[in-house]
Amino acid sequence: MLLIHCPYCKEKLPELEFEYAGQAHIARPDNPAEQTDAEWRDYLFIRSNVRGDHAEQWRHSHGCGRYFNALRNTVSDKFIATYEIGQACPTSHAEGEENNEQLES
Amino acid sequence: MSKFSAMTLLKGALTGYKNVEPQWPDAELKSEYDVIIVGAGGHGLGAAYYLAKEHGITNVAVIDKGWLGGGNTGRNTTIIRSNYLYDESARLYDHAVDLWDGLSQDLNYNVMFSQRGVMMLAHNVHDVQSFKRHIHSNRLNGVDNVWLTPEQAKEKCPPLNIAANARYPVMGAAFQQRGGTARHDAVAWGYARAAAARGVDIIQNCPVLSIERGPDGSVTGLQTARGFVKAKKIAVSAAGGTSVVMDTAGVRLPLESYPLQALVSEPVKPIFPQVVMSNSVHAYISQSDKGELVIGSGTDQYVSYSQRGGLPLIEHTLAAICEVFPIFRRMRMLRKWGGVVDVTPDRSPILGKTPVQGLYLNCGWGTGGFKATPGSAHVFAHTIAQDEPHPINAPFTLSRFETGRLIDEAAAAAVAH
Repeated sequence: MLLIHCPYCKEKLPELEFEYAGQAHIARPDNPAEQTDAEWRDYLFIRSNVRGDHAEQWRHSHGCGRYFNALRNTVSDKFIATYEIGQACPTSHAEGEENNEQLES
Repeated sequence: MSKFSAMTLLKGALTGYKNVEPQWPDAELKSEYDVIIVGAGGHGLGAAYYLAKEHGITNVAVIDKGWLGGGNTGRNTTIIRSNYLYDESARLYDHAVDLWDGLSQDLNYNVMFSQRGVMMLAHNVHDVQSFKRHIHSNRLNGVDNVWLTPEQAKEKCPPLNIAANARYPVMGAAFQQRGGTARHDAVAWGYARAAAARGVDIIQNCPVLSIERGPDGSVTGLQTARGFVKAKKIAVSAAGGTSVVMDTAGVRLPLESYPLQALVSEPVKPIFPQVVMSNSVHAYISQSDKGELVIGSGTDQYVSYSQRGGLPLIEHTLAAICEVFPIFRRMRMLRKWGGVVDVTPDRSPILGKTPVQGLYLNCGWGTGGFKATPGSAHVFAHTIAQDEPHPINAPFTLSRFETGRLIDEAAAAAVAH
C-alpha cells in the first residue's frame, strides 16, 4: 500500500484515505470558444503517461478533503514530493530521477 | 516442425516425451524487414501470423523487450466474451469469438478454448436495466446473450449466493454461452509456433529504444538494444508500454497505464462451472483446468508501470467474492500478480493507422484485451498489409479523440471489461 504525505495535514497516511485524480498541471484553456478540435483533444485526452517521474493530483478524500499535487515515480511507485495546489512542481523530471535515486539508496 | 495429431500424442505418451523439439527458433535479428511488430504478446504474434498466412508477408519480425507472452498475455484472467453494447464493439469482439472457435485447429496447437459461458450478475435495479439493454442490443447484433432469473443463475452456478438478505443480492444475470476461457500462454505459444513456421522471426529480450523517421516523416526503422534495423512498416502492439515507444516517434497518445491485478487460489476439484463477473462489486472469477480459482478485479487508481498493485484492491475484490460465493470463504490464495494495462478515455481500443506513414497502432485495450486477441490480430494484419483498416476496425481510429466520435464503452459498462 502506498503511504502518502498530505501537504495540508502534514502527515503520512495510507493510500486508503486518498483518491487519485489524474495528471497535474493541466490548465483549462483561457478561451474555450477559440480552441480547435486538436487543442481540445490535447487538453481533454492526451496524457504524458511517463515511465518515470509523474506529476499528479491526489485528493485527501477521507481526511481534509483537499486536492494536492504529488511527484511520484511510476516505476518504483515511490513519492518524491507532495505539494500544495498552486505551487510549482518541485523538480524537473530529469532532476527528479536523481532525487529518487537518493531516496532509494 | 512436426504437426501435432492424435498419433504424435500417442507416440509421445509411449516414448515418455523424450524427444520434444523446440517449437520455434530464437531468431537472430536481420538488418531489414518488411514489417516489424513491437510487442510479442498474443496480439503482436497473432498479427504476424495473419500477415504471413493471409497476406503472404513473411519477412516479418516480432520484437519484445522481455520474453514472448510475458506481458499482459500471460497475466490476464483469460476471460472471453463479446457482449458489448455498441455496434462497433460488438462487431470487433464477436469477430474474435468467431476466430477463437476453431483457433486450435487453425494453429495446430491446443489453446484450450472452453465455451463454458460468461455470467454477469445484476445486483441492483440499475444493473438489471443496463444488462437488459445490453442483451437487446447484443441480440440485434447477432451476439448471443440471455437474461437469467436468480434461480436460473443458481442452477447454472451452484456456489452462487442468491439469498434475499445477501450483502450483494442477485437480481438476475446476463449470460453469454459462447463466452468462456482459453489457456492464455498457449495462445502466445500457438501463434508464435505457427508464425515462426511461416518464416516470421521472433526476437526476445531486445528492447526497442526508438522508432526512427526519415526526412519525409515516414518510418525508416527501429533503434534496438541490438542495433538499428530497417523496416518498411512498423506496427506497435506494446500494451502498457505503448506511450513510451510511440513517444519516440513523436506521437502522443490518449493513454494512461494502470496496474491491473489478478490472483489464484490453491487448486481444488471442479466446483465452478462458468465465468462469473460482478461489475458493480468489481470482481470476476472462474476455475482454471488446473483447479485454481482465477480472480480479477478493476485497475488500481494511479498510473504505474510497476507490474504490481496495492493490497487494498485485492482485499476489496476478495471481500466481494466472499459475499457472493460464501462457499469460498476458507479458500487460501496462492499467488497474486499485476500487469500494466493501457487505458483509453472511452475504454475502447485504438486499432489502425497513425499520422506517421508506415506506423500502425494496436493499443488501448485496457483491462480486456485478451478476449479480442484473434480478432484484433486478424484486422490489425489487414490494416498493416493493405495500409487501410478492415471495416471492423475502421471506427477504432486514433482521430476519434479529435472528432469526438468516441465508442464510449466506459459509459456503457462503467467498470471492468
